[in-house]
Amino acid sequence: MTPLLEVSRLRVEFATRRGPLVAVDDISFTIAPGEVLGVVGESGAGKSLTGAAIIGLLEPPGRIAGGEIRLAGRRIDNLPPEEMRRIRGREIGAIFQDPLTSLNPLYTVGRQLVETIRVHSSLGGREAREHALQLLKEVGIPAAEQRIDQYPHQFSGGMRQRVVIALALAANPRLIIADEPTTALDVSIQAQIIALLKRLCREHGTSVMLVTHDMGVIAETADRVAVMYAGRIVEIGPVWEVVHAPQHPYTVGLMGSIPILGETRERLVQIEGAMPRLTAIPPGCPFNPRCPHVFDRCRSERPELVPAGASRAACWLHLGAERPVHA
Amino acid sequence: MIAFVIRRLVQSVFVMLAVAFVAFALFNYVGDPINNIVGQDTSLEDRERLRQELGLNDPFPVQFARFVGNAVRGEFGMSYQHARPVSHVILERLPATLELSFVAAALALLIGVPMGIYTGLHRHSALSQVFLTVSLIGVSLPTFLIGILLILIFAVLLGWLPSFGRGTTIAFGWWTTGLLTKEGIRALILPAVTLCLFQMTLIMRLVRAEMLEVLRTDYIKFARARGLPDRIVNFGHALKNTLVPVITITGLQLGSVIAFAVVTETVFSWPGVGLMFIQAVTAVDIPVMAAYLVLVAFFFVVINLVVDLLYYIVDPRLRIERAGAAHVG
Repeated sequence: MTPLLEVSRLRVEFATRRGPLVAVDDISFTIAPGEVLGVVGESGAGKSLTGAAIIGLLEPPGRIAGGEIRLAGRRIDNLPPEEMRRIRGREIGAIFQDPLTSLNPLYTVGRQLVETIRVHSSLGGREAREHALQLLKEVGIPAAEQRIDQYPHQFSGGMRQRVVIALALAANPRLIIADEPTTALDVSIQAQIIALLKRLCREHGTSVMLVTHDMGVIAETADRVAVMYAGRIVEIGPVWEVVHAPQHPYTVGLMGSIPILGETRERLVQIEGAMPRLTAIPPGCPFNPRCPHVFDRCRSERPELVPAGASRAACWLHLGAERPVHA
Repeated sequence: MIAFVIRRLVQSVFVMLAVAFVAFALFNYVGDPINNIVGQDTSLEDRERLRQELGLNDPFPVQFARFVGNAVRGEFGMSYQHARPVSHVILERLPATLELSFVAAALALLIGVPMGIYTGLHRHSALSQVFLTVSLIGVSLPTFLIGILLILIFAVLLGWLPSFGRGTTIAFGWWTTGLLTKEGIRALILPAVTLCLFQMTLIMRLVRAEMLEVLRTDYIKFARARGLPDRIVNFGHALKNTLVPVITITGLQLGSVIAFAVVTETVFSWPGVGLMFIQAVTAVDIPVMAAYLVLVAFFFVVINLVVDLLYYIVDPRLRIERAGAAHVG
């Protein structure tokens, strides 16, 4: 099956006075129709920038400096702005982190929905409103008939994120880029929103790129997961494999740092040190200063993604797979 | 909403009373009103009789109450200088000032807002830099200097436009307008431009700053991510969110435009209430001064009230807050 989204060798740079800063460095991945790809990593690993690059909303001075992005076979990274605008919303929807600030405070949620629906379809005012109402019901807004004419500040955080999801789904896009959709919400609400997103995308057959730093959300939601570190994908594979049999030393550390209920451990595993700044990414493997298994080659040559177990990892340990690492 | 309007109205009444008090104090503390009316050879008995007749011997609160009562009916006594009721003098002059002020304010808005939007959206374009540089001149040059420069260029050197007066006016009842004759409009151009220049640059800079602020917000990003066209995002979503501060400043500025038309009217000998006020000060025409004070305060109060009501129309969060619902952000 042809992938819905195909990102190959994508490179995102920021032009600065001291030359370009590479924030996303040569990453490739695909998302199949209906698939949920989790993207995890620390803050600054390039997760959100990758999402912004796909949807064509990189803010200057950020720009795509190389590679290709294809949506259902069509190249979309070099489209003129007006054509890219048509793709946004209709083909690729987006959900942002903070539902409190994602909605325009001066317009009713109904108006924002109707406006989005009408931009992407030929529906008249009344039909668009009907559709908006149906969307609100679908995302579980109680008393949608009354709520549709209310303003965002009259909704709670969880309800607002439901509205945001309704807006993202308004034109029935084939792919949704959800950038930390639950980070700003109460823990009790997070599970509801994730379940809702999962259900809706399954019903609509929508693919999802779920950007988060919450492994719990990924484990629960994603089919596959990509682990990003310093602007690169260090490991990508089926979610169960990555969580239970991580192949890259960074993923091993990441999984070790998650507390597990019912298991008594003295201390959680920590990864020593911090992710390098974009101005000071070391040569070779970017993880080499923090890696417990580092050897000479890691300091000089950059590893590519190679098969490792059921996943693929960018680590010299897996070249030839002579020494599998486990926590 | 209604409770809010009533509360604001009550506040307005207190403001007006305070101003009326100051205006009233002018009569008693800027010289003796009797001296201002009668000649030097009036006898002491006559002066005392006049004092009694005019009620100037009544207790202070009674006099003040009488002043306020008259003021409410629009009566401020006789002008010393013109020997006519002050209300007539003002009514005759008011259309000129209001016309000038509103034309200037409209110009400032119609030019300032689009310029602000443009410079906000195209921050780095050459035209934006030109606008910003010119606007610096607008904010920093004093009004009278701009007026004199404009007279020098367009009236003296080029001879295109008249430098003083209102040109030909047409009367509708007590209202006179210069907007319907060619001469009237030609006469209006220079003073209106002078008066609007500062306001225009102020509005432009304000709109620009607000646009830059709003364009960075998440809901603008989200609007773009939904595929809304730039036109809707910039003018529907962004511009509306910049309106609250713009309305505030514009409202206050309209008040000052009316009040400080004094300078422009003097430079262009514009026959409005500002010029009348300057003449009244020179002639110590206290009833006219008092009336002018009350009138300007009245304009300010009305404009502020309108501005507050406009907030309610623009920002739904205010409407709900009064109803007791939670207000976030």
